[in-house]
Amino acid sequence: MNPIELPMSPPEPAVRQVTLTVDDQAVEVPEGSTILEACRKLGIDTPTLCYGETLMPANACRICVVELEGARTLVPACSRRVEPDMVIRTDSERVRLSRKMVIEFLASSVDLSITPPAQEYLERYDGEPERYGPPAPPDPHRDHRHAGHHERPDGQSAATVHVPPKLDNDLYVRDYSKCILCYKCVDACGEQYQNTFAITVAGRGFDARISTEYANPLPDSACVYCGNCIAVCPTGALMFHSEFDLREAAEWDESRQTRTDTICPYCGVGCNLTLHVQDNQIVKVSSPADHDITRGNLCIKGRFGFQHVNPKPGP
Amino acid sequence: MDLRLLDAEPTTDERAAIDAFLGPPVSAWAGADAVEDGHSAHGGHAARAQRHQLLPALHAVHERNGWLSPGALNYVARRLTIPPADVYGVATFYALFSVEPRPRRVLHVCNDLACRCAGSDRLIAELTEEVGPPGTEAGSATWHASPCLGQCDRAPAAFLVESGENPVERELTGVDADGLIEVVRGATPAAPRSATPPQSGASGLRLLGRIGAIDPESLDDYRAHGGYAALRRAFDLGPEGVIREVLDSKLMGRGGAAFPTGRKWDAVARQPRRPHYLICNADESEPGTFKDRVIMEGDPFSLIEAMTIAAYATGCERGYIYLRGEYPLAQRRLENALEQARRRDFLGDDILGHGFRFDIELRKGAGAYICGEETAIFGSIEGYRGEPRNKPPFPVERGLFGRPTVVNNVETLVNVLPIVLEGGLAFASIGTERSTGPKLFCVSGAVSRPGTYEVPFGATLRELLDLAGGVAGARPLRAILLGGAAGSFVTPDDIDLKLTFEDAREVGTTLGSGVVLVLDDTADLPELLMTIAGFMRDESCGQCVPCRVGTVRQEEALARLSSGRTRGTVQDELNLIGEIGQAMRDASICGLGQTASSAVESAIARLDVFTSHGNGGSPS
Repeated sequence: MNPIELPMSPPEPAVRQVTLTVDDQAVEVPEGSTILEACRKLGIDTPTLCYGETLMPANACRICVVELEGARTLVPACSRRVEPDMVIRTDSERVRLSRKMVIEFLASSVDLSITPPAQEYLERYDGEPERYGPPAPPDPHRDHRHAGHHERPDGQSAATVHVPPKLDNDLYVRDYSKCILCYKCVDACGEQYQNTFAITVAGRGFDARISTEYANPLPDSACVYCGNCIAVCPTGALMFHSEFDLREAAEWDESRQTRTDTICPYCGVGCNLTLHVQDNQIVKVSSPADHDITRGNLCIKGRFGFQHVNPKPGP
Repeated sequence: MDLRLLDAEPTTDERAAIDAFLGPPVSAWAGADAVEDGHSAHGGHAARAQRHQLLPALHAVHERNGWLSPGALNYVARRLTIPPADVYGVATFYALFSVEPRPRRVLHVCNDLACRCAGSDRLIAELTEEVGPPGTEAGSATWHASPCLGQCDRAPAAFLVESGENPVERELTGVDADGLIEVVRGATPAAPRSATPPQSGASGLRLLGRIGAIDPESLDDYRAHGGYAALRRAFDLGPEGVIREVLDSKLMGRGGAAFPTGRKWDAVARQPRRPHYLICNADESEPGTFKDRVIMEGDPFSLIEAMTIAAYATGCERGYIYLRGEYPLAQRRLENALEQARRRDFLGDDILGHGFRFDIELRKGAGAYICGEETAIFGSIEGYRGEPRNKPPFPVERGLFGRPTVVNNVETLVNVLPIVLEGGLAFASIGTERSTGPKLFCVSGAVSRPGTYEVPFGATLRELLDLAGGVAGARPLRAILLGGAAGSFVTPDDIDLKLTFEDAREVGTTLGSGVVLVLDDTADLPELLMTIAGFMRDESCGQCVPCRVGTVRQEEALARLSSGRTRGTVQDELNLIGEIGQAMRDASICGLGQTASSAVESAIARLDVFTSHGNGGSPS
């Protein structure tokens, strides 16, 4: 009997390569790549905030802008596709100024205290967020501000997005004082992953905010507590309740935490879990963003169903 | 889609208003009574393909009820298969919608540039004194300050919206404080009349010629005055022939960006992807701009004829007129014109027997300047927030519903009529080498005869001002704002500037949408700059950081300069404004952010506003 001949898989179509110049260096990347990918191939460190490896680029923060020869304005590296013979500068004076202003604008209006790269970006681009004045007191009506109207400022303090944290459920906290409006949570909740559409951007301009319908508490919304918004949030605006409580008590300490990869026991999909453990308690659960199945996403059980593992608090 | 709805039901009136627009629900899922013969849920693509009905559906219930209650919003969400959060996100994007209860009569009082020049500050002070601050509930009415209402030739202006069974929307022009207070207290103002442009009756007008001379509600009158001759000529030329004439005419877009119209049309016509869409951008909300309103109110058929020609040339079967929500008279005139055109086969499945199918839908904005941005308009029509999209891809490739789309301003489109009738080359001989044809300018502020003026490109500012009777009261000229809030100030030294795209560019200004706002020596420049900065802040969509926060920081810096309580020296503040402006110009997604500092920066550079020579603080 002849050995079984398996059909050959069709050859991969050849991907056309595009050559462009970034900071005087020629670089070749596959057609369809972004300028950011070309920069990374050259080892050029490009700042990003709203960019998420697992999501379509929202290109809302604009900190990744680069100078493209022949273009009137700067262009976002995270979403602009490469074209043959593009000539790009990533550290020109124009680029540095725009990046400085973006990080200053955010640092002067948003609480970036636990946004990992913010301090580094401020230093790299000589940002001085203090120059806009002391932060204005929080606006208690921010969730209900009407598009197209605002009170004229006196300029003696800098307007901020500060609002009290929303503690409306047992699983996670929404602290929108830390929100840079990167759209990632909306995209993850909506059509890019979860298809739940519990949250949206509401309002307009500086009053734009992440909101449920009528700013209802989460338990009254469509939220299914998958926590995939937490997974993509770059600033800590969305956070496990357990992490929030520890931070409030000044006990959150990542140096005392271990991370253990395991497989979710609840169903047959086999999602990878990373258990963040501090003092023998699971304080947070994530999933590797590069995992083939989850891409960082989980469901409510994998994300939050760990309480039975934790030792019961003593009497 | 796993749609979780609110636990809220619409009132009978709300449901009726929504059903009147969308038709009765066809299944229990969509809100009908359960049918006896089992399940009849209509889901899938068909249910989800209705999202583009969202904005008109919200209008329908808002007109009935005066605000969007949870029950009404929920019912809209159910009928259109849109998550309630998404509906809320869209509803809160528009200034004319309220998601909180408010009185059914709302008076929007313009407090923008031209109205300020006409004393709207005093009006607002008196209203505040007599009625209370903005938002005060006075019986069944309230009032709010409003950005430019596009009535600058008849300033000061207001806009009345009254919801109910017979909703009222009415422009109020040339108002005084007593009149406004009466309106808040329940008086019904007289119906507006369309303004006759000051040049009415003059010979040689190509764009304004019919306005004031014909009955804008009569198709027969339009035809008796040369109407629909251009469409017949277009059918003789064929689509390629029309595009060739438009290319030859060197027509540039009149909405502000001055892109060659022929190239846009040609690019869309060549796109193999179908269908193609045509959008007439009538969202005219640039402060100081009212020319498109004058055309739509006074000669609505000309726009419809021009759109039909554009659609014929570029292969569109469907067109939209995106009209700003504050133009009810223009809306009525266009609706009437559309209906008459349909009835007489100037629109429909077989236009004039040429086998060409085209129809137009009128879409009404709801108070969002940003929706006039050529990609934000797509989001708004599709039922999403009016947030601009990154370019590329350009609208000619991926526009409305992801299809090749032509977006043209009203004035651009009506220029096509003389181009087709007289020939592209003849049109190109008007004006200058690089700015061809006639141009409309919206002259307002401190002039004797404000209004829409038609002059050939190349006329000087001085000639335009002379046409408008010069500075009112023969006062000294202080400055002129060209191009609106997104434009820039020029000085009396620029009075002999030739009004062309290239001459404007050379002196670092722009014609923009054709705004010529004249300021005399009594103008309070710091106040006007604060108004412009506040406008940009209010109208920023909020999507990108440079514009969302930059417009706020710009306004704060101006506030410090105006009050004299600066952080550091005046020069420090001016440098800061320069840096903010540079970042907004370089790093914003769309034209709003990119031009949000241009008027402010031009005033600082050319008018010495905050330095010792200028009138910092209050006017002298």
